[in-house]
Amino acid sequence: MPYHPMMIQPMRDEVTRLGVKELTTVAEVDAVLGDHHGTALIFVNSVCGCAAGMARPALAKAMQHAVMPDASYTVFAGGDLDATARARSYFSEYQPSSPCFMLIKDGEMAQMIHRHQIEGRSADMVAAALVAAFEAHCQKVGSEK
Amino acid sequence: MHHEHRGELHGITVVMTGTSGRTYLGRWHEQTPHGLQMRDLGVHDPATSPHDLPTWLDRARRFGVPVEHRMLVVPADEVGECVRFSE
Repeated sequence: MPYHPMMIQPMRDEVTRLGVKELTTVAEVDAVLGDHHGTALIFVNSVCGCAAGMARPALAKAMQHAVMPDASYTVFAGGDLDATARARSYFSEYQPSSPCFMLIKDGEMAQMIHRHQIEGRSADMVAAALVAAFEAHCQKVGSEK
Repeated sequence: MHHEHRGELHGITVVMTGTSGRTYLGRWHEQTPHGLQMRDLGVHDPATSPHDLPTWLDRARRFGVPVEHRMLVVPADEVGECVRFSE
């Protein structure tokens, strides 16, 4: 059962205001992942403050790095259930967890940062892990902010 | 949601070595006199698992926690050493 939309809207906004495109339907997920080329970050957002409370600020920090994925998307576990399940279905070898970050390259999982790699860590530490993943797998040079 | 009143490990993925030899991997939720309540966990049983424990843990680090139970209370006399999975 999804959370009340009003409750999770601020958590959505914290991500979308960074320029991350939200995927809320199966069709939107399929349009992105169905025939994907290049690099993309998919952030599985969630309510739990134990981990997501650090993941969102970490994303904000990492999004300022010079090397970035070609595109960034988010689905909300506990909010958009079908879209989240669909996104996970593309990488069914990986166990579902939320929050988590999936960095994909040409439709394949390049690196996943699981919930257990987020919880209990500072936003700076999680951001550093994201940046390391960007530098390992991405080529796009973003604007240093 | 923050639930700091439940203890510093609340919400953290831990590896708990049971006194029976089973290993429990999942989120530490709450410890009560009855035992340790864990969420979204997998259990490694050396007698039945197709993988040995190091391989099972390595796979979990790569692919995520293989959730078998959404919630489980591990009886107090089964609860052994508990460490963070990320350590």
